[in-house]
Amino acid sequence: MKSVVDELEALLGPNRTIHSRDALLAWECDGFTIHREPPLAVVFPESTTEVQAVLRILSKNGVPFVPRGAGTCLSGGPTPVGPSVVVELARMNRVLDVDAVDRSALVQPGVVNLDLTTHVKHLSLHYAPDPSSQSVCTIGGNVAENSGGPHCFKYGMTVDHLIGATVVLPDGQLAQLGTESGPRPPQGLDLLGVFCGSEGTFGICTEIRVRLSTDQPAVRTLLASFADMTSACRAVSDIVGRGLVPAALEILDQATIRAVEASVYKAGYPEDAAAVLLVEFDGEEETLDEEAGQTRQVFAHHDALRIEEATDPRERLRLWKGRKGAFGAMGRLSTDLYVLDGVVPRTKLVEALEGIYAIGKKHFVVLTNVFHAGDGNLHPNISYDGRNTEETARVVQAGHEILELCVKLGGSVSGEHGIGTEKINHMPLMYRPQDLDVMARVRRAFDKEGLCNPGKVLPNRSACAESQKWPAMIARVLGEDAAR
Amino acid sequence: MTTSSTRPAFDSKAGAESSPLSANTYEQTLGCVHCGLCLPACPTYKTTGSEADSPRGRIYLVRALAEGRVQDSGIVRHHLDRCLDCRACETACPSGVHYGAILESTRAALEAKQPAAGLRVRVAKLLLRHVVAHQARLRFSFALLRLAESLGLRRLARAIGLLPKAVDDIAPRVPGASARAPLPTGWHKPRGQSRGKVGLFTGCVMEPIFGHMNRATLRLLLANDFEVFVPSAQKCCGALLVHAGLPEDAQRLARANTTAFAECEVVVNNSAGCGCAMREYGELLGDEAGRTFAEKCRDISEFLADRGLSATPARCEVKVAYDDPCHLCHGQKVRQQPRDLLAKVPGLKFTQHARPEDCCGSAGIYNLLQPDLAADIGRRKAESLCAANPDLVATGNPGCMMQIAAHLKAAGSKARVVHPVELLLPEDRP
Repeated sequence: MKSVVDELEALLGPNRTIHSRDALLAWECDGFTIHREPPLAVVFPESTTEVQAVLRILSKNGVPFVPRGAGTCLSGGPTPVGPSVVVELARMNRVLDVDAVDRSALVQPGVVNLDLTTHVKHLSLHYAPDPSSQSVCTIGGNVAENSGGPHCFKYGMTVDHLIGATVVLPDGQLAQLGTESGPRPPQGLDLLGVFCGSEGTFGICTEIRVRLSTDQPAVRTLLASFADMTSACRAVSDIVGRGLVPAALEILDQATIRAVEASVYKAGYPEDAAAVLLVEFDGEEETLDEEAGQTRQVFAHHDALRIEEATDPRERLRLWKGRKGAFGAMGRLSTDLYVLDGVVPRTKLVEALEGIYAIGKKHFVVLTNVFHAGDGNLHPNISYDGRNTEETARVVQAGHEILELCVKLGGSVSGEHGIGTEKINHMPLMYRPQDLDVMARVRRAFDKEGLCNPGKVLPNRSACAESQKWPAMIARVLGEDAAR
Repeated sequence: MTTSSTRPAFDSKAGAESSPLSANTYEQTLGCVHCGLCLPACPTYKTTGSEADSPRGRIYLVRALAEGRVQDSGIVRHHLDRCLDCRACETACPSGVHYGAILESTRAALEAKQPAAGLRVRVAKLLLRHVVAHQARLRFSFALLRLAESLGLRRLARAIGLLPKAVDDIAPRVPGASARAPLPTGWHKPRGQSRGKVGLFTGCVMEPIFGHMNRATLRLLLANDFEVFVPSAQKCCGALLVHAGLPEDAQRLARANTTAFAECEVVVNNSAGCGCAMREYGELLGDEAGRTFAEKCRDISEFLADRGLSATPARCEVKVAYDDPCHLCHGQKVRQQPRDLLAKVPGLKFTQHARPEDCCGSAGIYNLLQPDLAADIGRRKAESLCAANPDLVATGNPGCMMQIAAHLKAAGSKARVVHPVELLLPEDRP
């Protein structure tokens, strides 16, 4: 294996090849810290040509690789499974071209999501998908995970904002997916659509053409607090039921509110409320008045305790601050955090949350909820101490039951965080073996040798049967412990 | 909630070093939930794109070290040494992790276990311990340096590689003897009715290199009707020693300062790095004297914004870009005060530049120890400043002033770098 690392180092130099065992520990997990495994080496290519050269060396030697951006993934996407090399794309962070007229940008994969918006701000344009980690996460990672965010309720996910991509396939060959530019998706086989959301298992995109959106003339943000979660959820159903299309609809529960209020993201949310609902509209001023008025009626109908409305950017930023920082603020509750990601039909939100709190109680885990209520995308957060294997096993089991519940209610196991290693064993809850087999065939078409981010998304056959009884992750957590 | 015995999920592996870290440092690393929100705030991560050069990665490595999972602590040290200790990550961290404390205590533990090797590091440490920390020796050294410079030895030193290029580019020429003279010690009385008494911290290298800034600070305080005490017994703040992992030497200096300023209720300083370090004397000394002293410390801008100016600053028709020193904005949370004060200068206009809170790459003696990274970071700062096209750049920390001035010059900018106090002085009265 030494020779592969030597070859990579000869190609990129010692500053862009890390292979010291101890330094590599820094790459052993992403935002999903239950699964940890350090890579064999980390390389930092800076161009498409270098990515090609790296992948050629790896495929020649049969060494698997894992593409990585900022490592904010919450499902273990950029964490190795088995000996592999991490291809770190953070240094490929240039915006190559902005077309203000056709409203698109050509970016390298390491460009940070929010940096792109900052880059085109003077043109009154922005990049619409806005994951909560948008100040850190990269566009390349967003493409891999088909990331969403609070505003995707109205504006769609990453895939809805992609025009084309230059992709290096696992054997080093270049492929152009989609078009170079253009207002519509291309005709023919929609390989770009297939590639987006493949979680880095089909290849590495090195240039991405994304759609830019025009800034809305005005934005209105409302925050309502409620004495119980049920009222908050019913208010959401009513808002959508009235035909209103908010740009975002977010709920934070009481435990989340308290964690946020104790952090630097303190936003002045009422700490005695059982839930706060954040609703945002954008568009023309007159329409906003009408929409805000209707929303206030809904809030009143569901006995909102307090309603705040922000019209200026500063106030608006304050109301959002707590929501955007909710994940990190959980660090105050315990040493580790497991952020789940499930989806239920909007009308089943109340039922789902009751079930989730019951599961939390049953397994004695500290559970908080913050979620994109508009599209029923739940993010139950479980705080725990990862050093305690028994507690970790309970956390994993609770997570498994929560995802089972989402599927049972007619939803899915992931809204935007991806499957990664985290939910690989939950795939059979949603797909029949023959459907998973079709996915595997598509994957083989891109990656014949199975070198590109192996061990992610698609379970192998034996795991399918096993997972019905007991999540493999628990076995792994306990097995690791027994082995030592 | 039920709990069971808590123990590391990863036990020591064969060949791993035992942990030199305190339980407290380990506890502090556990506050990080690996969200990564600190990454874009980190100047070294932005330069290298490497997780091991990011706050999250460094905390993770320190945690691994504490858990006995690291074989060679030198690797951890390497990545910690590349940190500027700018604390931008603390501002970004939603979990409130005290990164600076983790960094400094780990550096100290590793330094105690095995002093850092390498000629530059050793020379730097010798100088810090035996020259910078002693005011008389420091003055003598600068007198020698001045003499050497006037004999043309600086150019020679650079030519033969004795003086690293990184230092030569940044360090200004040593001023003449009168400019290097220390401030007169003891009490200084204002002309008018006194509005209160303050102690003035004068720093170590501030005196011989930036003596004019100390004199300006004294004049500014007097002009604004404060009675100023300059104790002769004060010492260097010890910040550079703490950063170098030598807390015991720093503690000696800190004790001397708590005594020297015992009779003052407020201690004003004009150097963000020193101010930040002195505000952490509570943790450094771990006693009441340290905490009391820390609470008395104020940056000059914070103090004057709070008490208000009684003397109108002299008119100055310039376009100024204010740049936040890390140890002022991240370390002491002082952001608005210097801007508010500068806004009171008649004729002064601000020009906004992108990311004023980004580190400039100076960070004490960082540019001596990590010249390549420091140069990259300095270049980025100069680029963002040049885009704003200012006449003057105002920033309240001597290290930042040198670094920014050098990189502005390299970028072809004519902008001068000043300390905000220099712009706040009133017209000279006859």
